[in-house]
Amino acid sequence: MKKGYFGEFGGQFVPEMLMPPLRELEAAMRDILPSDTFRAELDDLLRNFAGRETPLTACPTLSAELGVNLWLKREDLLHTGAHKVNNTLGQALLAKYMGKTALVAETGAGQHGVATAAAAARLGLECVVYMGATDVVRQAPNVMRMKLLGAKVVPVQSGTKTLKDAINEALRYWIAQQDSTHYCFGTAAGPHPFPTLVRDLQCVIGRETRAQMQERVGQLPDMVVACVGGGSNAIGMFHPFVDDASVRIVGVEAAGTGEPGCYNSAPINLGRPGVLHGQHTMLLQDADGQIEPSHSVSAGLDYPGVGPEHAHLGAIGRVTYGMATDSQALEAFQALTRREGIIPALESSHALAWVLNNRDKLPAGGHVVVNLSGRGDKDMEIVREVLFREGELA
Amino acid sequence: MSAAIHTDMNDMLPEAPVSRLEARVAAANAAGRPALVPFLTAGFPTLDRFWEEMDGLDRGGADVIEIGVPFSDPVADGPVVEAASLRALENGVTLRWILDGLKARKDRYNAELVLMGYYNPFLQYGLENLAADAAAAGVAGFIVPDLPLEEDAEMRALLAARGIDLIALVGPNTSEERMAEYAAVASGYVYVVSVLGITGVREGLPPEVPQTLARARKAFRLPLALGFGIKEPKQLEGFPDRPDAVVFGSALLRHIDAGNSAESFLAAWK
Ligand SMILES: Cc1ncc(COP(=O)(O)O)c(C=O)c1O
Repeated sequence: MKKGYFGEFGGQFVPEMLMPPLRELEAAMRDILPSDTFRAELDDLLRNFAGRETPLTACPTLSAELGVNLWLKREDLLHTGAHKVNNTLGQALLAKYMGKTALVAETGAGQHGVATAAAAARLGLECVVYMGATDVVRQAPNVMRMKLLGAKVVPVQSGTKTLKDAINEALRYWIAQQDSTHYCFGTAAGPHPFPTLVRDLQCVIGRETRAQMQERVGQLPDMVVACVGGGSNAIGMFHPFVDDASVRIVGVEAAGTGEPGCYNSAPINLGRPGVLHGQHTMLLQDADGQIEPSHSVSAGLDYPGVGPEHAHLGAIGRVTYGMATDSQALEAFQALTRREGIIPALESSHALAWVLNNRDKLPAGGHVVVNLSGRGDKDMEIVREVLFREGELA
Repeated sequence: MSAAIHTDMNDMLPEAPVSRLEARVAAANAAGRPALVPFLTAGFPTLDRFWEEMDGLDRGGADVIEIGVPFSDPVADGPVVEAASLRALENGVTLRWILDGLKARKDRYNAELVLMGYYNPFLQYGLENLAADAAAAGVAGFIVPDLPLEEDAEMRALLAARGIDLIALVGPNTSEERMAEYAAVASGYVYVVSVLGITGVREGLPPEVPQTLARARKAFRLPLALGFGIKEPKQLEGFPDRPDAVVFGSALLRHIDAGNSAESFLAAWK
């Protein structure tokens, strides 16, 4: 297979001027990442700074209703509130070993921005975060957290003023600042080697889940489920199970409002292959190859592309990619909150929503693990708006 | 698959034909000046004005015109080219509109024509159709800023089979070894990016430009076109080695956006 490809997906579709830093990063992955000193230092950060390992929580009420044993992998309990910190600590530490003094990142919901800012602060690196101007407004509390952590937040006014434009701007910045700066990419997408690097750093999720299931019930799960934006929490959960034929794997894309033709964030289900942000992957695009705006109630899933490994796993049929709508996600959000006492992120609520709405596809009596990628504190404003509008909260 | 195309092509064309772009730059140099290579976004500032400014650039002495194919996400471009690109998309510009327009104006231009754009619109058009339609429209070359050597074999071979060049881009951080890899496949001219950055007008050119040009001279036998940030001839004064061609994009777009004609922009360079 061609270097940096997953089947026909992946690659390095970037300006020539980004090839040297991408190669430098490939070399660092090869030489630094596997070393004992790096491993030990990252392990310490993950345990004692971020809070790993995360629990595997059984859900008695929902399990009884669904007729399966439902488990949650609790990435929401990590420092900064989501799985993103697994990746940012790894990349920030790698950047430091590479002799870089600064990080640049893009962010949509602000979760990756906050996780990058925290890792930078912890490791003494400068940090610049590009964020679409629309997201700066709708995710104000995360902007505040990034600033408190010492990051410079730059609102992006171009294009659709959301995540995809923030990525464009971060790539432009990286071209100019590549000597001093590492691009801490936030998901398992983008040009090679990012999809592999981010996956390797997130695989701790699936490895722990495997061991916890073996220990608690003496078997592998029958099904694992995760939401897919760019795809980092999902690939982190899925990858350690891909070779286990007995484990069914479901990725859940955001269907948006759900009526036919609506804006959505479901490129595997509703898009076509194309090239954006350095990768050949499934994309939302028009007939002329212009990228279409995406939509999801959860800003973290609001991206018109997806990591190339997911495009591949979908194409070969190893992973089933389903969808959940905005309102299904909100219902799942409330279900988990009321019945199990856990407030999930709206992104993670999509994964749970698929489980709640596809009972016929669940392994009856079996073990289903949902990756709870983040907590819902950041979503209070948006949830309040919607639920008040619908008269469900007084 | 691309390897197979390479072999077929070699069977078809035992001798590479002389590139029209290479010949055109050489002719300007023989007349004692750098070739003038303006960049204009298709359909900017309006659909009609674009074709008028194309005529103006041609009358004004452009040797090669780089026509920007607009894309929603132009990562190698600064705010001026990006804004022009988004404006063109709002005006309804598509790759088909550009190629149809050029076909209808075949042989109208003295300048050679190059299409410059991001890979996805080309890919969605279909690379084989693209090569055929571009040849029919008289296009002599393509520049695809997000298609480095690792990914360009298929497009390069399909274009070459039609006598169309895929222009190599190199920059301040491109090593001589890397340039040599491009030199093994490159044709037409070589686009030398002046800065480690994106397109946009800059007052001075960075001090490393002469070194970049010197490395490129060693690696390539093709003419060198310098671009990114170029506005006026005095920026090139004092260079030990003058580039064979100069590309102006953002400065020209700003000039047009301020209500001036493209033709008047070229006057300073003659
Ligand atoms: C909690 C949470 N889950 C999921 C995502 C989606 O990203 P990915 O698909 O890379 O896991 C985000 C992104 O911001 C997030 O904050």
